[in-house]
Amino acid sequence: MAGVDWTVVADVVAAACLIGGALLAFAAGVGVVRFPDLLSRMHAATKPQVLGLVLVLIGVALRLRTGPVTSILVLVAVFGLLSSPVAAHMVGRAGYRTGKVRHDLLLVDELTVDQDAADARAAQDEARDHHRPTPAEVARDTEGRPPARGGGRPVG
Amino acid sequence: MTVVGLICAALLAAAGALAVVRMERGPSMLDRTIALDVLTTVLVGFVAVQTAVSRRTDTVPLLVALALVGFVGSVTIARFASKEPPGQGRVRTREEIARDEAQRLGLDESDAAAPVRERTEEDV
Repeated sequence: MAGVDWTVVADVVAAACLIGGALLAFAAGVGVVRFPDLLSRMHAATKPQVLGLVLVLIGVALRLRTGPVTSILVLVAVFGLLSSPVAAHMVGRAGYRTGKVRHDLLLVDELTVDQDAADARAAQDEARDHHRPTPAEVARDTEGRPPARGGGRPVG
Repeated sequence: MTVVGLICAALLAAAGALAVVRMERGPSMLDRTIALDVLTTVLVGFVAVQTAVSRRTDTVPLLVALALVGFVGSVTIARFASKEPPGQGRVRTREEIARDEAQRLGLDESDAAAPVRERTEEDV
């Protein structure tokens, strides 16, 4: 074991990491083309964005083996880990709101249930707000006070 | 290492081609955004593989730039996503473009004619 050439070991590990990252990118390409709707395509597209990126960057770091470059590569990896959830959140949110989600393909859909409940509550509040007070009530309520802006909408 | 580089390049090229296929098919802007994300990641992969094979360090800043640009692009597009009628996100054929254009020009002419007629009525 004393005669192990560590640069060769590092190169082999780097090669394995690079091929792994490229395979994940290829899998993402296949998934993006073949999957049926927006959310499953997002699922496929995330693979090279996180694990693939980290694998490729580990491969580069093991191959170059210099300190400053490694720190930059760590920065790229951290940025990728920070940015890809934000981008996926924005795309998924926009997709749900513009009706790009196929509900027949979902096994669990808690957002629609919650959204319907929230809509029903909003409609209820709206109906209560639009109950017009009689002139006598208005005179009694605003007596001795400057007219309030916004019409006393209930908070919350 | 050259062989590894070639294998990686082939896989990444295939991934990029598939992403472009999805970008052409759509059907919505958000699908294209996802394909764009994959394409950006593939570009990052290409630069990284090239760096690893040739052991050049001057291409490393490109990785940072590409990671930043991909993020900004997809978030911006998602922010301005809107409801599209089904079929509208498709890339139109040449004949469809010609037909729609003729229709639009016809509408424009009638629009241009309308205010003139209104003005004459006011004058009278």
